[in-house]
Amino acid sequence: MWRYVLRRLVQAVVVLWAAYTVTFLVLDLLPGDPVSTLAGAGADSQGIDPAQIARLKHQYGFDQPVLVRYFHYLTKALRGDFGVSVSTNRPVSSVMLDALPPTLALTGLGLAIGIAFGGAIALLATYTNQRWLRQALLSLPSLGVSVPGFWVGLMLVQLFSFRIRLFPAFGNDGLRGLILPAVTLAVLPGAMIAQILAKSLLTALAEPYAQTAQAKGAGRARVHLRHALRNAVLPALTITGVLTGQLMANAVVIETVFSRNGLGRITAAAVTAQDIPVVQGVVVFGAFVFITVNLVIDLVYPLLDPRIAVGSGGRGPSRRRSGTVDTPAGGGALTTPAVEPAAGSAL
Amino acid sequence: MNRSRQFAPARWAVAVAALAVGSTLLSACGSDGSSADGGPASAAARPGNTLTFAVGSDVGCVDPQQVGSNDSVYSTRQIVDSLTDQDPDTGKIVPWLAQSWEISADAKAFTFHLKPGVTFSDGTPLTAQVVKDNFEAIPKLGALAQLGAGYLGGYAGGKVIDDQTIEIDFQQSNAQFLQATSTFSLGIVSAASVQKTPQERCGDGVIGSGPFVLSKYVPSQSISLRKRTGYAWGSSLFAKSGDAYLDALEFKVVPEAGVRTSSLQSGQVDAIGAVAQADEAALEGSGAQLQARANPGVPFGLSFNNAKAPFTDPNVRKAIGLAINRQQIVDTVFPTGTKPATSILSHTTPSYVDLSASLAFDKAKAGSLLDAAGWRLGADGIRRKDGAPLSLTITWFANAATNQPALELVQQQLKAVGVQVELKQLQIAQITQILTGGDFDVLWGNLTRADPDILRSQYSTKGLNTYKIPATELDTVLAQQAAEPDATKRAALVERAQRLVVDNAYVTPVVELETELGVGKNVHDLKFEASTRVQLHDTWKS
Repeated sequence: MWRYVLRRLVQAVVVLWAAYTVTFLVLDLLPGDPVSTLAGAGADSQGIDPAQIARLKHQYGFDQPVLVRYFHYLTKALRGDFGVSVSTNRPVSSVMLDALPPTLALTGLGLAIGIAFGGAIALLATYTNQRWLRQALLSLPSLGVSVPGFWVGLMLVQLFSFRIRLFPAFGNDGLRGLILPAVTLAVLPGAMIAQILAKSLLTALAEPYAQTAQAKGAGRARVHLRHALRNAVLPALTITGVLTGQLMANAVVIETVFSRNGLGRITAAAVTAQDIPVVQGVVVFGAFVFITVNLVIDLVYPLLDPRIAVGSGGRGPSRRRSGTVDTPAGGGALTTPAVEPAAGSAL
Repeated sequence: MNRSRQFAPARWAVAVAALAVGSTLLSACGSDGSSADGGPASAAARPGNTLTFAVGSDVGCVDPQQVGSNDSVYSTRQIVDSLTDQDPDTGKIVPWLAQSWEISADAKAFTFHLKPGVTFSDGTPLTAQVVKDNFEAIPKLGALAQLGAGYLGGYAGGKVIDDQTIEIDFQQSNAQFLQATSTFSLGIVSAASVQKTPQERCGDGVIGSGPFVLSKYVPSQSISLRKRTGYAWGSSLFAKSGDAYLDALEFKVVPEAGVRTSSLQSGQVDAIGAVAQADEAALEGSGAQLQARANPGVPFGLSFNNAKAPFTDPNVRKAIGLAINRQQIVDTVFPTGTKPATSILSHTTPSYVDLSASLAFDKAKAGSLLDAAGWRLGADGIRRKDGAPLSLTITWFANAATNQPALELVQQQLKAVGVQVELKQLQIAQITQILTGGDFDVLWGNLTRADPDILRSQYSTKGLNTYKIPATELDTVLAQQAAEPDATKRAALVERAQRLVVDNAYVTPVVELETELGVGKNVHDLKFEASTRVQLHDTWKS
């Protein structure tokens, strides 16, 4: 168990380093540099003084060879210092700490709503005997996966902020301001969870143990919730781990549409301004969150399903060899689940 | 914000426009009756109320000396006063914190006599020493304070003559400095604010002597200001003496243009910046007023690389100018009220002269000039000389949503006279490289500045000379205007410079940049100042 955790931690460090390095190189390959971008944006009323630009480039170290800059920034980053934002002059850590709470609130609530509705749709669709209701419910996830987030957001704003005036159209003010963006953000994870869960519920219900439970006299609801759901929930849990990355990416769009402060907004602004230190801070943070969530999920599997043990196989949690045939949907490494095609295409 | 319209993918704009139009149709059914939009208010101006203003962006800084984009200037301008103010109608420089001034005959020394009794909002007095400290700190603020640092180029030192008198000296003649003292970039902050680091000033704001005081700043969310009571040293241009009317100003950062428009339509905000042509009808339909003014400075235009063939031939440059139908471009692409360029300065710039006769659309004359220059129409409709086609590449940046449609029209209009045009879009980050490297045929762009000295920084061969203009009489005239403290004599020199640039067709000015605001019908006297930013001291709500 501990050896497994240690190995995962080493992997995490490699992934973080790779994320940092790739971002650095990509941003470095872009034409121009942050100082020139800033000069271009701010020099509204003035010819640009090349001498001043050269001075500033020197001050920020942009006149150094790329390798020198890379190792300079990397050693600082190892100490947790991501430097100073070029466009605002503020330390990257404080820029990110300011933006983190609203984004956590948004993505947290968004994920919660997504899980609640996605789960409810999947359960209802697989439970109902009404054919039309089942078909209607099962088509919802495909719709949810295919509509663009910004469009949903703009429709919700038009309807609930400008026509019905129930929620504010913009800003970070309290829970009321959080609801519309969180609902918008919930559409994609909700749809994906519903899709995966419905699929694995149907598979589980067709398994012999479900029939055995029924034969033993368990009611439909009990079989559904106690037996099938417990087995079907694992793939949905896996996809939730993948979704944390998706949620952060969607926050960029949602925070812009709803004029919310947060990591997404600062990311968009930093990429446009080629503010390398901020972009790197965000990327490394994003990678960190993604790795952590997926590690936690992997460690949680055995608690949900005793047939899964951590650290016994070659890599990652694996099913015990003694496991019976009635496994949850999909085999193989659970960290890279067999995602349904429709959901996979949205990733 | 003409250089920094960011993060507005076109597909969003289309979706938003569709939504905005849809919602107007509905709201138009509901509310009608009050048709007194924009007219003189029947009720008397009264103090009180909060004005909510939605802007598209926040640069992460609330220090007027360190910001350049309109969206940030609208709010931070209200915090500070400047030594002088500029009359938007006449371009004349008038007293504000300085009640009078003298300029030496060589325009190297500027002496300002400060108004007595002015205090900053922390209670400290305005003194000559504070002014000196401000001007000496600005060039050291770094990357963000480039506007102010540019105005103070060649700063040789400040002399505190007495508590209320300060002399500012320059190494060379610097007539533009007087106008520069009226800008927000040289707005005066308190001694305590001067001492702070650039970062602290950006994040915490500055203490000024202005009619409003910063009360709260939440980056990329909102900038809140409240009225300064006991304000008694307003600009001589302010209509109301003493305190401002409004109790508070609330600037909300709303990046989506469609959300800004709908927010104004539904009355959730009182004013919005940067209205697009597509949203005009929707806003007017809801009773909002549209307020527009051309930005002073150099209008959008085609700047030739004058050292590169075929642009070394003045007839080719002139023919391209004659082939452009400015009115068609204005009517098709730009907000209502935008004017075609009638000089190398926009009509709101001091000392502008109307040269529209030299900038008229004349397709036939363009053709005959090109014929005379040896460029003959080929069978494919493209002109050729010695086998080479007459083709050029226009380099442009995505700093305004109107750039692409405007340039596509230019492309069609030039095609009609046999000139082949390619459009090449570059990232704003590459602008410095292009300006210093000279790797272009034709550049599309504009510059905002409420002083004609912008001509010298752009077209003097003594400077960067981006457009590779040959050294001529123009250099002399531009140097003379920079050294001429007398406004009338300077205006004559500026007129001469405009004629020289336009007659030689070093540049083909095309269209003025128009800043358009949407303002709720209950908002009165929201005024543009000389640089086409807003002055909110006289603004009131009914």
